[in-house]
Amino acid sequence: MAEGENEVRWDGLCSRDSTTRETALENIRQIILRKTEYLRSVKETPCRPSDGLSNAVSLDGLNKLLAHLLMLSKRCPFKDVREKSAFILKSIQELGIRIPRPLGHGPSRFIPEKEILQVGSEDAQMHALFADSFAALGRLDNITLVMVFHPQYLESFLKTQHYLLQMDGPLPLHYRHYIGIMAAARHQCSYLVNLHVNDFLHVGGDPKWLNGLENAPQKLQNLGELNKVLAHRPWLITKEHIEGLLKAEEHSWSLAELVHAVVLLTHYHSLASFTFGCGISPEIHCDGGHTFRPPSVSNYCICDITNGNHSVDEMQVNSAGNVSVSDSFFEVEALMEKMRQLQECRDEEEASQEEMASRFEIEKRESMFVFSSDDEEVTPARDVSRHFEDTSYGYKDFSRHGMHVPTFRVQDYCWEDHGYSLVNRLYPDVGQLIDEKFHIAYNLTYNTMAMHKDVDTSMLRRAIWNYIHCMFGIRYDDYDYGEINQLLDRSFKVYIKTVVCTPEKVTKRMYDSFWRQFKHSEKVHVNLLLIEARMQAELLYALRAITRYMT
Amino acid sequence: MEKMSRVTTALSGSMLTGRTMHCHLDAPANAISVCRDAAQVVVAGRSIFKIYSIEEEQFVEKLNLRVGRKPSLNLSCADVVWHQMDENLLATAATNGVVVTWNLGRPSRNKQDQLFTEHKRTVNKVCFHPTEAHVLLSGSQDGFMKCFDLRRKDSVSTFSGQSESVRDVQFSIRDYFTFASTFENGNVQLWDIRRPDRCERMFTAHNGPVFCCDWHPEDRGWLATGGRDKMVKVWDMTTHRAKEMHCVQTIASVARVKWRPECRHHLATCSMMVDHNIYVWDVRRPFVPAAMFEEHRDVTTGIAWRHPHDPSFLLSGSKDSSLCQHLFRDASQPVERANPEGLCYGLFGDLAFAAKESLVAAESGRKPYSGDRRHPMFFKRKLDPAEPFAGLASSALSVFEMEPAGGSMGWFVDTAERYALTGRPLAELCDHNAKVARELGRNQVAQTWTMLRIIYCSPGLVPSANLNHSVGKGSTCGLPLMNSFNLKDMAPGLGSETRLDRSKGDARSDTALLDSSATLLTNEDNEETEGSDVPTDYLLGDAEGEEDELYLLDPEHAHPEEPEYVLPQEAFPLRHEIVDTPPGPEHLQDKADSPHVSGSEADATSLAPMDSSFSLLSVSHALYDSRLPPDFFSVLVRDMLRFYAEQGDVQMAVSVLIVLGERVRKDIDEQTQEHWYTSYIDLLQRFRLWNVSNEVVKLSTSRAISCLNQASTTLHVNCSHCKRPMSSRGWVCDRCHRCASMCAVCHHVVKGLFVWCQGCSHGGHLQHIMKWLEGSSHCPAGCGHLCEYS
Repeated sequence: MAEGENEVRWDGLCSRDSTTRETALENIRQIILRKTEYLRSVKETPCRPSDGLSNAVSLDGLNKLLAHLLMLSKRCPFKDVREKSAFILKSIQELGIRIPRPLGHGPSRFIPEKEILQVGSEDAQMHALFADSFAALGRLDNITLVMVFHPQYLESFLKTQHYLLQMDGPLPLHYRHYIGIMAAARHQCSYLVNLHVNDFLHVGGDPKWLNGLENAPQKLQNLGELNKVLAHRPWLITKEHIEGLLKAEEHSWSLAELVHAVVLLTHYHSLASFTFGCGISPEIHCDGGHTFRPPSVSNYCICDITNGNHSVDEMQVNSAGNVSVSDSFFEVEALMEKMRQLQECRDEEEASQEEMASRFEIEKRESMFVFSSDDEEVTPARDVSRHFEDTSYGYKDFSRHGMHVPTFRVQDYCWEDHGYSLVNRLYPDVGQLIDEKFHIAYNLTYNTMAMHKDVDTSMLRRAIWNYIHCMFGIRYDDYDYGEINQLLDRSFKVYIKTVVCTPEKVTKRMYDSFWRQFKHSEKVHVNLLLIEARMQAELLYALRAITRYMT
Repeated sequence: MEKMSRVTTALSGSMLTGRTMHCHLDAPANAISVCRDAAQVVVAGRSIFKIYSIEEEQFVEKLNLRVGRKPSLNLSCADVVWHQMDENLLATAATNGVVVTWNLGRPSRNKQDQLFTEHKRTVNKVCFHPTEAHVLLSGSQDGFMKCFDLRRKDSVSTFSGQSESVRDVQFSIRDYFTFASTFENGNVQLWDIRRPDRCERMFTAHNGPVFCCDWHPEDRGWLATGGRDKMVKVWDMTTHRAKEMHCVQTIASVARVKWRPECRHHLATCSMMVDHNIYVWDVRRPFVPAAMFEEHRDVTTGIAWRHPHDPSFLLSGSKDSSLCQHLFRDASQPVERANPEGLCYGLFGDLAFAAKESLVAAESGRKPYSGDRRHPMFFKRKLDPAEPFAGLASSALSVFEMEPAGGSMGWFVDTAERYALTGRPLAELCDHNAKVARELGRNQVAQTWTMLRIIYCSPGLVPSANLNHSVGKGSTCGLPLMNSFNLKDMAPGLGSETRLDRSKGDARSDTALLDSSATLLTNEDNEETEGSDVPTDYLLGDAEGEEDELYLLDPEHAHPEEPEYVLPQEAFPLRHEIVDTPPGPEHLQDKADSPHVSGSEADATSLAPMDSSFSLLSVSHALYDSRLPPDFFSVLVRDMLRFYAEQGDVQMAVSVLIVLGERVRKDIDEQTQEHWYTSYIDLLQRFRLWNVSNEVVKLSTSRAISCLNQASTTLHVNCSHCKRPMSSRGWVCDRCHRCASMCAVCHHVVKGLFVWCQGCSHGGHLQHIMKWLEGSSHCPAGCGHLCEYS
């Protein structure tokens, strides 16, 4: 059987022309039927030992195809493709081949599937977004399906991501995906790593690189250090880091390349935060997203084990949530009351300057103790850990070990004035795109809070944003950090801290235990704030170092 | 106003003196401001707040205002301003949102006067009223501007920008009540201080934040703004709408802008990132800064002219912790280093170049081509005496106009449209193209075509031709001579018709002589080319005859029909042969005469070398005698094509390449061919000869070229009802299930060509509409619009 003619081409499905899609699907159907026939014929003839291997290989190939079809039947924005893929799967099943079924419960493990928008029931604007995303990537990933709670942000997010990965830029395409893999691997985010391993191979990347960073070119290995520092302790970045990358003889980076790489790194660090923060499930067509076992065997899936999140646990948390409905109702009321008080009393009790300064320090110091109690070391999954070295290097709080880091003052180096200009100068248009994304994330509001309408949430949003920057040592002179303590309760702080600093440790319990009365869309909104604030914080440190290098 | 004038008189008494100098500060500066006596400057930053006096040779620290045990955030200054009326009064804007005023007249060590804590966010800017002693304005990150009366404890009025952060506020110098504010979202607002409810005027000045603005000190209503989009714009606010007067494009985001005193069109800028220099621009010459100060090692954060009536002293503070006084005479002038030469072709072939005046003066003195049809025109910028740098960068612009006739490319268009490139036998194509060329007066080209026909169009006739050759040869010797005599007799100025007539006469005499052999030959030809139409076989006969003696045949055919068609051919092949076989002299000739061989010139010149080439003619005959295959000429043809291409007539090169096809393609390397094709296609597209260019693309054999018209072949259509793209079919919308394009005449769906009126947007089938509009001038849809069809 010649492999060439059985090469499956999925790109035809991304076309907006339904006839093109139809012919592409028909091709796929033919190929699958041929493979199936071949497998059946092999099975009937007495099996020789030499055949065993090739048999397994082709079965594996077929299974991959079937998994992809399963994904299409659930996640393609085009109705015709969904129906036809389901039909093909069904007809294959009738031939006696075992077909896969999706595992888990929808795009997110934290959010019940029924809360999330079903593909096919979206409105015109969302459909356009889905179609764009599908046309660009050939899939509709779970991240998109969760973010679509906030279509305005999603549009800007997809546009930026598309530009970073596929449009004009100083770095070659496979480098971009590899940098994405490096960044996601720092947080052991197997979801993003899997996605980008596929993309990396698709754009012609060398599979050898995937065996570990030491197999990649020296140039990318040099980036490892920056990746590590940026992900966990961005305040330690100095101009020496930048100089080391830019002056490495034949392996040196150009300034434009470096800015591109930095933007990609920060983008994927924060996206990893989102992935864990919202409990994104593995893609249907990737490992762990589907199973060929019949449903009756067990209700037990790999992803739950790796995250220490057994389904039994979920049940308990859910029941606990139900019991305390009245408690959490008061939670929202109390929060709103505090906001009102802060609004009114602001002018009356004016804190002294010393007080204000110390409040920031207190908040900064406290932020390091809000860690969740279960601090046991999680050994990263094997396939992810090989993409980065030095696994022990993680988030360390400010001055915990006696080292003093000067506070970063936004009034001296801020995104709007300085960061934007630098990025736009070295990587045109991206500054604009990221700027828009920050703006949308920061200003996004529906003026609702849980069951209340017409609430000005700007104070709450600013508190969250500044709290995250505070954890990174970034201070706003004009902000009273006392507000944070008033507005953010402990369980919320634990969640924020975990998502931003050690996203791999987020559990469903954490997700459920903060803001119990709030809607899922609001929790996703919080996550958007978290990831954008984190991205901006990392960018500020990296760009400041680049500016210092340049002057 | 009165006080201002007093200052002026004070200045006229004692001129400012000093030198370019700098002093080290302990910390980065955020802003500076000058005292009205021009002898002191205040520097403010996150951890510095000091007053320096400006001495002759150096800066001397006079006062440190940053006192107290613990430095408070109130002292972390984003901006500072010194009152221009009261030299004891200062105001600072703190990063934590506090506005502080300072009274230097206080006896205690702490000079802090009042504290306004009304803003919730960082205050970006403070500004004193230029003439009123107690009025202070502030603009903050929270989007509000507040006006304070220093005699009261709190603000007098609050102005809401209804948008994001305020980046700058400036009182108008001329209008007592007016102030301008700039915003992070790119807007500029104009306010009346008495009306806090809404702004007088608002417009979008920049893309992205507007960081700064400055009112012109003399011109009422001129406002300069600088933004993150790297532009400085000068607006005229006196008109009904703010009008953009000037725009200067800098290389980095603009942090500060300050008009230069006493120089109406000058302003100084500094940038927020990357670029550390201070530039002084003449807004009328926005491309090169008039002056540049390069002292700072980090971004400049504050600039101030030392005295409101002295244009030569500029003070600046920077993030590199230094304070500088720049003297204008020490500034570096980028203009000096600029290269003021430029060269450009105009749309209609005009050539313009600009060069330093000294150079041009010498050039025009020589003027080697005076009396030529190309006359240079000179423009010289009038020097503005008010402009001190005009002399440095002045250059003269010379324009060479193309003569209307000489510059006309009509022949190109005609040729491109009328040339036949494919679809007929080679000989016919050659003849057709030769005819086209001749009709356009391009005789050399015409002869080339005929020559090509002669070389390549003898398929299968070689053996028989060989036989005939000897027959014809006998007569050869006499004939060219006869012809050449005739030609030589002609005066160079004679029109081509007369010449034709003559040669026609000659040819007839030839015929008489050679009748028998000609008949013999044609008979043979007719057998060979049976089935083809008349012109073809007779052209073939022509070609065949040429092998030994071209003109023998023509007259024979000329008699029965179409003498006009044939005769030119007989006349010209004669000269054609002469001209083309010895390419050497021809080339020389052309070059000596003029770079362009225009039609008329070619005629005149081709006569001249005739004598010399006759000797060569006999050589060429010798070649023919030995029966050479067409391959023999491929080198020659290749050289010929190269010659045309080098001359700029890439049209000829490509046309021949297409017509001859396989016969020459192998001799010319792929890259050259591709180059010719792309040049020709480019030319065709410039003349909007889309059809021809497409045909050329189609006929080209080079893969790189033929893929040109395979890109973006899809035409996307939007539905006229729901405005969404129609994905599946072009005429029915999937979404609203309606047929988008109905014919207004027959009310059926238009599936092919759809034509519609641009006025009323009704339309339909091309034929139907054409027919309808022949009878009526109104729209067929009955909308009453008077449609036009052109």
